[in-house]
Order: sequence, then C-alpha cells, then structure tokens
Amino acid sequence: MIPVAFDYTAPSSVADAISALGSDSEEIKVLAGGQSLIPVLRLRLAAPTLLVDIGRIPELRGITDEGDAVVIGAMTTHAEVADSDLVKEHAGVLAKATETVADPQVRHRGTLGGSLVHADPAGDLPAPILALDAELVIAGADGERTVPAANFFHDMFATAVGDREILTKVRIPKHTGWGAHYEKFTRVAQQWSIVAVAATVKVDGGSISAAKVALTNMGATPIRATGVEQALLGRAAAGDTVKQAASSAAEGTNPPTDTNGDASYRRHLANVLTRRAVLAAAAS
Amino acid sequence: MTVTEERSVTEVGSPRRRKEDGRLVTGRTRWTDNISLPGMLHLAMVRSPMAHATITSIDVEAAKSSPGVVAVFTGADLGDEQGSLPCAWPITADQKAPPHPSIAVDTVNFAGEIVACIVARSAVAAKDAVELVDVEYDDLPVVVDMAAAAEGGNLTHPDLGTNVSATWVFDSAEAGTGGNVEDAIRDAEVLVERTYRQQRLIPAFMEPRSVVCDPTGEQTTLWSATQIPHILKLMLALTCGISESKLRVIAPDVGGGFGGKLQVTPEEVITLVVSRRLGKPCKYTETRSESLLAGHHGRDQIQKLTLSATREGIVTGLKVDLLADMGAYLGLVTPGVPILGAFMYNAIYKFPAYRFECRNIFTNKNWTDAYRGAGRPEATFAIERLMDELAVEIGVDPLEIRERNWIKHEEFPFSTVAGLEYDTGNYEAATARAKELFGYDALRAEQRERRESGDPVQLGIGVSTFTEMCGLAPSRVLGALSYGAGGWEHASIRMLPSGKVEVITGSSGHGQGHETAWSQIVADRLGVAFDDVEVLHGDTQISARGLDTYGSRSLTVGGMAVVAAADKVIEKARPIAAHLLEANADDLEFTGGKFNVRGTDSSIGIGDLALAVFAAHNMPDGVEPSLDAEATFDPENFSFPHGTHLCAVEVDTETGETKIRSYVCVDDIGKVVNPLIVEGQVHGGLVQGIAQALWEEAVYDDSGTLVTGSFVDYLVPSAADLPHFTTDRTESPSSTNALGVKGVGEAGTIASTPAVVNAVVDALRHLGIRDIEMPCSPHRVWSALQHRDGDGSSSGADTPTEKTFVDDDADPSHNAQLSGEGSGSGAAEQGGLA
Ligand SMILES: Cc1cc2nc3c(=O)[nH]c(=O)nc-3n(C[C@H](O)[C@H](O)[C@H](O)COP(=O)(O)OP(=O)(O)OC[C@H]3O[C@@H](n4cnc5c(N)ncnc54)[C@H](O)[C@@H]3O)c2cc1C
Repeated sequence: MIPVAFDYTAPSSVADAISALGSDSEEIKVLAGGQSLIPVLRLRLAAPTLLVDIGRIPELRGITDEGDAVVIGAMTTHAEVADSDLVKEHAGVLAKATETVADPQVRHRGTLGGSLVHADPAGDLPAPILALDAELVIAGADGERTVPAANFFHDMFATAVGDREILTKVRIPKHTGWGAHYEKFTRVAQQWSIVAVAATVKVDGGSISAAKVALTNMGATPIRATGVEQALLGRAAAGDTVKQAASSAAEGTNPPTDTNGDASYRRHLANVLTRRAVLAAAAS
Repeated sequence: MTVTEERSVTEVGSPRRRKEDGRLVTGRTRWTDNISLPGMLHLAMVRSPMAHATITSIDVEAAKSSPGVVAVFTGADLGDEQGSLPCAWPITADQKAPPHPSIAVDTVNFAGEIVACIVARSAVAAKDAVELVDVEYDDLPVVVDMAAAAEGGNLTHPDLGTNVSATWVFDSAEAGTGGNVEDAIRDAEVLVERTYRQQRLIPAFMEPRSVVCDPTGEQTTLWSATQIPHILKLMLALTCGISESKLRVIAPDVGGGFGGKLQVTPEEVITLVVSRRLGKPCKYTETRSESLLAGHHGRDQIQKLTLSATREGIVTGLKVDLLADMGAYLGLVTPGVPILGAFMYNAIYKFPAYRFECRNIFTNKNWTDAYRGAGRPEATFAIERLMDELAVEIGVDPLEIRERNWIKHEEFPFSTVAGLEYDTGNYEAATARAKELFGYDALRAEQRERRESGDPVQLGIGVSTFTEMCGLAPSRVLGALSYGAGGWEHASIRMLPSGKVEVITGSSGHGQGHETAWSQIVADRLGVAFDDVEVLHGDTQISARGLDTYGSRSLTVGGMAVVAAADKVIEKARPIAAHLLEANADDLEFTGGKFNVRGTDSSIGIGDLALAVFAAHNMPDGVEPSLDAEATFDPENFSFPHGTHLCAVEVDTETGETKIRSYVCVDDIGKVVNPLIVEGQVHGGLVQGIAQALWEEAVYDDSGTLVTGSFVDYLVPSAADLPHFTTDRTESPSSTNALGVKGVGEAGTIASTPAVVNAVVDALRHLGIRDIEMPCSPHRVWSALQHRDGDGSSSGADTPTEKTFVDDDADPSHNAQLSGEGSGSGAAEQGGLA
C-alpha cells in the first residue's frame, strides 16, 4: 500500500522540531521509529501533510542515571531499553515488558516514546510505565512540562502530548531491588497482548512490603490494579495469599471483546495473569 | 564409466539441496510485480464495502480528472467483453450459479467485490483516485450464516430462487460398492452422532497476487502469479472471447499458492480486457489487505455425521450430511471441493455402508475454493475425530479402535466403500513406528498422573491415521465427476548439442521444488549430471501443454510424464547409436548414460549422440535428426499416501491455552525422490494443518464484513509457535506408477488438524469436554470448561448430539431415552486411560 503524499522534514534539535511542528502545514505528525505510524499511513487511515522525523535528534536518545531516577530519551529504541543494565537494575519490569514487544526488527526501529504516545490499549509499554510511577517530559512552543504517568494516558490513542508537542524523555524513579515480571498472554508469538500484567514488588523477609501492578488491554488506557496492590501489602509472597489478592485485579476494568476473547474472559485472564505476574516478580 | 554409474543410482533418493532456492530465498528473481514495461499503466480496484446491495449509481468523474489517471472502468463499461468468470466443475446437471462479472454491474454480493477499476500512469496515482469514486448503494438483506441460508429465508441471489446451488449424493447401496446406511443405523449397537464445523480459512500465500498484461504485438502476453498458466490461458480465452492462440500466459517465479492461486481471478480478466482496450501494458498487484479480503477462501463446511458400530467397535456404517459454504459465487472448482472429500470419509477403514450428501450453499461472503487438501482435510478431520469418539464409547484406546477397523496390509489392493481402489499401504507399520517414536505408553502414564493430581495443566494425546487420494487425476474419473478437463500431464525433453538437457514440464511449480526433483529423475534416467539438467515451466509458449500444479499431482503425474519422455529419448537414440557404433540395435544396452555394445567396450554417451544428431552428418537412413521427445501421462488410478500422526498437547485449564508438547508423524508416501523436499513439504503441511486446529479463522460479522482483514487478526503462526517435529517414513511403493511415488504436498495439512484437536479434547475429556470448535482458541477452551455441565460440547448453537445404545436388545425405539451425558464422560475416562 502506498501512503498519501506528504512533506517531510528531519530537524536536528528539539527546538527545530518544535518550530517545524508550529508551521502552518494542515496536519502534522511526528515520526519516530515508524513502526505504528507507517502502517497507519500505508493503510491510509491517516493522511498527514507533513511528517517531522525526530530520528536525527541526538538529545532524544539514550539512557542516563540521574541519581534517584533513570531517564530514558523518547527516541531510545526497544532494543536499547531491553538491553540496558540501568533499566534492568532499576526498572526491571520495563525491560521485561520491552523484551516481549514484537520481533527483533521492530524492536530495533520502534521507540519507547513512540509506544507511549501512540498509546495503543494493547501496547506493552504503557502499563510498566504506569506501574513504575514514571514522569513524562513534554516539550512544546511554551517550553517543557512534566506529567506523571497517572495523568498521561487519556484514552485509546490519546495522551497528554498535544498535536504540536513532543515527548522528550521518561523519568523513572529507581525501583532498585524490586522483583519484576511482565506476564503477557497471546495466542501466537507475534501478537499484541490479549491481556498482560506488569508487576513489580518488594519482598522483605518473605512478605511483600510494596507492590505495583498495572494491566494492559483491560480498558482504553493502562490501569493500575490498586486493590491488588493494597491486598498484597504485608502478605506472604506465596500461592494462596497472592491468588486471593489477585482475584480483584479485574475490578473496575472495561476490557474489549474481539476475536481473541470477550470481556468476561479477559477479566478472568487478568486475575490469573496477575497472580502469575506477582508470584514471578516476587521470585525474581 | 563408474562415476556416471554411481551417480545414476544415487540421484533419486538423495537429499539434494533445491537448485531453485538461491533465487527464491533471496528474492532475486523474476516475480510478476517486478516486471516493468515501457509505457506501462497501473490499475487499482475500487471495492465494495457492502456485502449485499444494489448499485444505484457510480460517479467516476472526480477520479477521472485526478492527476495521472488515464481511465476509469465500471462493470457497465466493460460490458460483454468481461464475460462471466468460469466455473469448470458443474457437479450436477441442475447446479445453480449466478453470473459472475469481474466488475460488478448491478449488484454486489460480497464485501470486497470490485465495482470499478482505475487506470493511471503510476500505482500511486491509481491508488489516490480510488477514494474519489463515488458509489451509491441500496442495501439488500445480507446472508451470512450458511446453516440458516440452507433453510431458506433471505436469498443471496434472489434470481436463483434458492440459496442451494446443488445437492450431490453418493450412496454405496446405489453405487453397488456397499450396503445401505439406513439399515446400518437402524441395526446399530452403538451410534455416534456429531456435528463438526470446518471454519473458513484464508490461503495466505507469501506473494500477493499480481498480473501484468502486454497487448503489444500479435499475441497478448499475460504474466500472473498463478498456479495454473495453462488452464488460465484456456479459460481467459473462453471468458473474454479471444482466440486461444492469440494468448500467451506466463507464470514466472510464484511465491506460494496452496490452492489460492488455482483460480481465474477477476483481477486477471480486468487487466487483460483493460490493457487490450487501451493498447497499453497494464499491471495490477494486490495489497495484503486485498489478498485477505478477495483472494478466494477455503474450507467453511458444517458436517453432520452419524457413525454406526457394533459393541466391539466395528463400524457398520457412516452417514455424512454436509453443508458447504460457496460464498457468493462459484469459482473455478468451488462446487467440486466437497466432492473431492466425498471419497475420503471412509479413510483407511473397511466400512460396509456409506452415504454422503452435500448441499452447496450461497452466502454473501467471498467465495471459497481449493485450499491445501481441498475437501480431503475436512473428510479426514471428521472421520478421525469420530474414531476417537467411538473409542470413548466402546472404552478402548483410540489406536485400538482404528486397528479393529482398518484395512490390513495383506488386504491390499482394496476396493473401498466409496468406490476407490487403494493400491498399497501398511497402516500397521506406520502406526507401530509412530508409537515407538512418540513414547506413547509413557505419555499415557503421565496423563493419568496429571488427571489424578488435578494438575491445572492437563496432557492430551491425539491420533490421526490419515490417508488421502493424490495424483489428480485419472481423466476418466474426472469425466465421470463432470469436471471440465482431464487430469493428464505433459513433459518434453530437448537434448542440446552441448550435452545439456532441457526438461519442459506442464506442472507449474510455485515453490515445491520441481526443478530439483525433475533434474534428479532425468539425471538417473538419462545418466547425465544433475547440474546439466535445466527444468523449464510456466510459459505457455515454451511449455505448450500442461495442467499445472495442485492436488499433490506434480510428481505422481507430471514426474511420470518426464519419465516417459526420457524413455522415448533413449528409444530414439538407440538406432542412431547402433548406426554410429556399427552394431545391431538389439545388442545395445543403455546404462550410466551410455549405449554399450554388449560384451565389448564399444560405447557412445548420450551427450555425444546429441552432438552427432545436431550435426546430422551421419544419420541412419530414414531417421530424423532429433533426440527430442515428448510424452503425456494419464494416471490409471490415484495414489494413496497415508500415515500415523501423534500429537501431545498441554492444555492450561486456567487460561485455556494449548501448547503442543510433541508431534510425531510417520508418513508413507511410497518411494522418495528427494527426502529433503519431502521433509519441507511435511513440515509446512503440518504447520498449515495445526494452524487450522489452533489459530486461523476468517471471521465475518453479521453485516458481512471481514473482521480478520489483516495479519493482526488473522493469526498465521511462525516457527516460534511450533514444536520440533519428529518425522519418519515407512515405504509401501505405489503400484500405480513406475516411480512408485504417492505425493506429499498435502499430507501434513490433512493429517495434523484432527491429531491436534483430538489431543485437545483428550486433555479435557475427563472434565466433561467432548468437543472444542476450531480453532481451539484459549477463549473457546476456557468457555467450554465454564459450561461443561451441559452436554460437554463447546460449539454453542451448533451442539452435537449423541445417542448410545446400552441395552442388550438393540431396539431403535429405545433411542430417545438414552442420553449422551452420562455415557459421555464416564466412558471418556475409560477410553482415555485404557
Ligand atoms: C509487526 C509489529 C508488531 C508489533 N508488536 C507489538 C507488541 O507486541 N507490543 C507493543 O507494545 N507494540 C508492538 N508494536 C508497535 C511497536 O512497539 C512500535 O514501536 C510502537 O507502537 C511505536 O513506536 P515508534 O517509535 O515506531 O513510533 P511511530 O510509529 O513513529 O509513532 C507512533 C505515534 O506516536 C507519535 N510519536 C512518536 N514519538 C513521539 C514523540 N516523541 N513525541 C510525540 N509524538 C510521538 C507519532 O506521531 C505517531 O502518532 C508492533 C509493531 C509492529 C510493526
């Protein structure tokens, strides 16, 4: 398939990208790794008049240690995130979720920023970002602002990032020493999540002292399973107690129905997968 | 000469790497879409989003004035020139079929049907104009459900007055091949009644369909990514009223087909007609979305089955009531697909009575047609599932129930209740070998443990002892089935002066490895080097005669034509060799590529003879200076590969997920020309069959929209989803052809689907599950477990029923009081654990 014709620019700094986004072209889209945008263009589901390619802006790329946080540039690829020792050590659940995204080709092109701004309900990276209480830095004509993950995901394919803004980086508070697991349920290996659960827990002397759990594809946006988190506190990291706590995972969710399953099946899956994710996180 | 002799005995049977793979794997070859001709125009199709509607108006003005657009054609514009797409298989004299214009004229009958064609100077310009065509539709009622359609109600084609295209019956009592099924059912001690659904599938070949047509010059040349250049040439000529001799069709390298390119497509007709109208070369290449939407689909049947048996589990009769969803139109062999299955329901068994009745139904969906196995996978699934169910009823192991009913190896040749004559086979040997490789008894023991401990992950074992009819087909049989053509194949051999050999085959390979296998056969037969043989195919001006590639026919029919042509070359060479060696032709023997005068060291090689004949300086009187020969082979009978496939699955009862733990297959495909090619065919076939069991399904919603319109939703597996396959072979050479070969292209696909589903059901049988509808998705398995208190089936509206005679006096009037429920799970456990 062939996209509708568009103009193209590849600025070399965030400032230039912001001014390109301010041009009077009718519909402007940021192009990151292109792994979601290009298919959309090829299917002619969108027809932007200008693409601003942010792939040549060095400051948007890389993973740095900033004391109490790990900071990941928006244009950092999935492969770089999954391979990073910093991410593995301090934000393990993000590394684990990123490993499950697509295939090596896609992981070498697709970016963390692209996944978060695209905000596909079945995408794997919003849930760990939410679970880790990350902060997202957005640049626009008026400068920079920081949005907590809890306020970032507005709806299916809609985030706090405005049309003429760029997500520049993601700041993740360190979760050093926390166990982590991403439990992704699919029918074939190359598939978006039917349901997935991101869990990261702190275990002290066999019992859970802190737990963060977020769900993928159980609604239009990723959802924190706060009921589960609370129920886990102070409990033994063992089968029955975790099962009990996980049984409320689907409360308040609004999962979709499609060829892979209906909403009630997804609710059931959320409970099972939450139990598995928490147990695996506690054991890791 | 020993080198030649050694090679000549080792070529056939050796695991040669495929000579075509370098170019096919790298893609550096001539595919239809990389043909670019001077002044070539590009086509794009406007397709109906509606499944059933009257076209009230089409406004093409905006599209016509879009930059780069040369012309826009509607169905009315093409008029009579587009004809009606052909169906070559009218299965009954009164078969009903709607006209099938390539571009719809008044009504659209499925979503995806073409309503206009844009012609532009570039593919981009053509695509841009598609959105500018304004079509107004008036809704008509949409017929989606074939079972409802069969009973009447809304009509897919109101003009036909019915949704039933044809009803076709085979009855062994009428045919004189067996007894009366109704008698068998009346007298049955055990009756198993089930309904199975063969979901709709999409062939999903790797290379999307593409066609280029060049009308310049005396002959119109059409390149197409097709399996059937020869049939296409004839059919395009007949459809469009063009002299056959003015058409040349070329299938260059083609990236797979699986039956999906065994078609005369609207896109081919449109490209041909438009390029001739405009006098310009034209190209059309579909997108993947169009391929999934509008390339023909496969399967889509509902099978109502009744199996009668004695208390010992000896089958006494089988009755099949089939509904087959044609979709909106009849494609090239659409109506015949279920008929190809009709002869296979009795499979490897000695059933005394059999009746098959099929109703072909129209619905407002894309049409179905051949897809790997075509009819035979459906039949095999049904009978292999039923044999497992019977085993449960009787309370014996599923392999035991098969053995009680199968044809013993000493009973071949065997005339079946469906009227076929099976030439050779040895089901005992294949099964014994498969059991051994599988570790059958150990897996049964583990299954028992998991059941007893209530493991959330249950183990299931599935069996499939399949056979199929290959080598389509004896022409007289096709004639008896009202098929529009024969089943022969053609080959010719050209001996070049340099000693090289050109083999021209009418089998049109599209990834199978013909070039390698044919080279091996000819290398042995003529005693020439493998690398000196060049195989040419797919161009109707080079390979003038042929019936192409499908139905596991290439080696059994096309390969035999090559053998016959090679033998003719040798016979033509003999008098010339005798002349040059100054010997008597009767004193010559041909071995290792040389004619030897018996008892002397006087000899001449076939290559030297080719040069001598080329020069023609010294020919015997009255002998033409040519060694070239051609042959047409029409098989006497089908061939009947068979095999035993065993599958172990782990089913997670918490999520419903199925994982294949191990898969063993022992196939008997007769003699093997190239074991590496065979291995490839088996692996690929297994994957496609397993995919039907677990993953693939073309889903339409109630408005007739294809929901699974991309690979995000139509789940094609990758290597990551599959286990290691343990494969082996037994060898009962076919006695119906000199090569002793049987065909392997469809074996894996036919055999594996029931093996997997049987395994899934076996894993859950003790929990009260008796069936899971395909594909056995986690959701379906989980739902079945939620609702298992019912009748143990998961198929919802389409619930199978079961009646079992348990009392001694088998009075049919007791039928009604016998419930399937109690006997279902109780017997299940015995059966599963026996
Ligand atoms: C075959 C395939 C399989 C896949 N499977 C999975 C999977 O299993 N799980 C999963 O999570 N994902 C999957 N993906 C998607 C993949 O993760 C993409 O990388 C991701 O969705 C988008 O990232 P990108 O960098 O490619 O963004 P792009 O496609 O370039 O952009 C996506 C959207 O985000 C906007 N955007 C991107 N970056 C920024 C930014 N910094 N600031 C503002 N706006 C921005 C773009 O304008 C666009 O609207 C798959 C993709 C493919 C092609």
